Amino acid sequence: MEYIIIIISAIFVNNIVLAQFLGICPFLGVSSKVETSAGMAGAVTFVMVIATIVTYLLQKYVLDAFGIAFMQTITFILVIASLVQLVEIILKKVSPALYQALGIFLPLITTNCAVLGVAILAVQKDYNLMESVVFAIANAVGFGLALITFAGLREHLELVSIPKGMKGVPIALVVAGLLALAFMGFAGIV
Amino acid sequence: MNQWKNFSKGFFKENPVLVLLLGMCPTLGVTTSAINGLGMGLATTFVLVMSNLVVSLVKSQIPDKVRIPSFIVIIASFVTMVELIMQAYVPALFDQLGLFIPLIVVNCIVLGRAEAFASKNNILSSALDGLGMGLGFAMALTILGGIRELLGNGSFFGFKFIQGDGMLVFVLAPGAFIALGYLIVLINKINKKTA
Repeated sequence: MEYIIIIISAIFVNNIVLAQFLGICPFLGVSSKVETSAGMAGAVTFVMVIATIVTYLLQKYVLDAFGIAFMQTITFILVIASLVQLVEIILKKVSPALYQALGIFLPLITTNCAVLGVAILAVQKDYNLMESVVFAIANAVGFGLALITFAGLREHLELVSIPKGMKGVPIALVVAGLLALAFMGFAGIV
Repeated sequence: MNQWKNFSKGFFKENPVLVLLLGMCPTLGVTTSAINGLGMGLATTFVLVMSNLVVSLVKSQIPDKVRIPSFIVIIASFVTMVELIMQAYVPALFDQLGLFIPLIVVNCIVLGRAEAFASKNNILSSALDGLGMGLGFAMALTILGGIRELLGNGSFFGFKFIQGDGMLVFVLAPGAFIALGYLIVLINKINKKTA
């Protein structure tokens, strides 16, 4: 039951992008096509889950054990940076097409605040290992859901005529606002 | 003259938030009021100036291949400093900004300036560039925070001068996106006129 609450709350009620404003850069950057967003969501899921597991163990057995919790930011970001490098190498070998499609945004996962944010949140919320993993997966799904929905909306936006000054990012932001408004409808479920 | 340009470009022509569209997460996340925006902006300014300064100092010592991780470590050290300082001296603001303080480390502006500017320029230019960019960021956040506070709460920097609740949606998540969208339209218009 607890897991279900974590999942629903992370995907819908406190959606990581639309309610907590984490991972906005890729949200605005790669969301012009549904296909690339799906790829990005996959890459983020992978990195986010592994990063949360590794940082959880580090926090518990190294930082807390030696009383150096103030090193959290530095340690976590280094773990994430090396993980991203690893994913990049693996993806290049396994799926060159996806690697091409994600291009510049793969190294940018390092500076995707969603990954670091989820790792820190999991520690702050005092989850145990299993809960942390579920929390990371649910947040990654929430990220993917927001990203892909938004990409679908933007594909349609290409076809409508809008005032010249609003083209591009401004209209995208307004649409994101409306999407966030829709997600507010989930408030109060859990 | 040239140094002035390094400093001033961050405000309008290359404003990190409103023109370059970097650092959107803290921009949207903390700007529920003008004071939060200003606090976040100044914390980021400190990190930007210090990291630009140090990166520019050590740029010739760092091998090209490990330059990004090295920059991140430098930035993370200053972010940790800011975190501890804020926790000690402005605990109320620290609680308000919460998660977004450690997240300065993944703010694209900081790494972006280190990589694009500080790793190629001398110390004075880099520090000025960091200061200008940081203050431009703080300006954008304060304006956005002010607009949201005014519309959503009827107050500005905590001084309430409109009775009642205001449009609550502007303090909540959707209002952040919408307010920023229209603010960017406005800045584009101003930049087009002056250019």
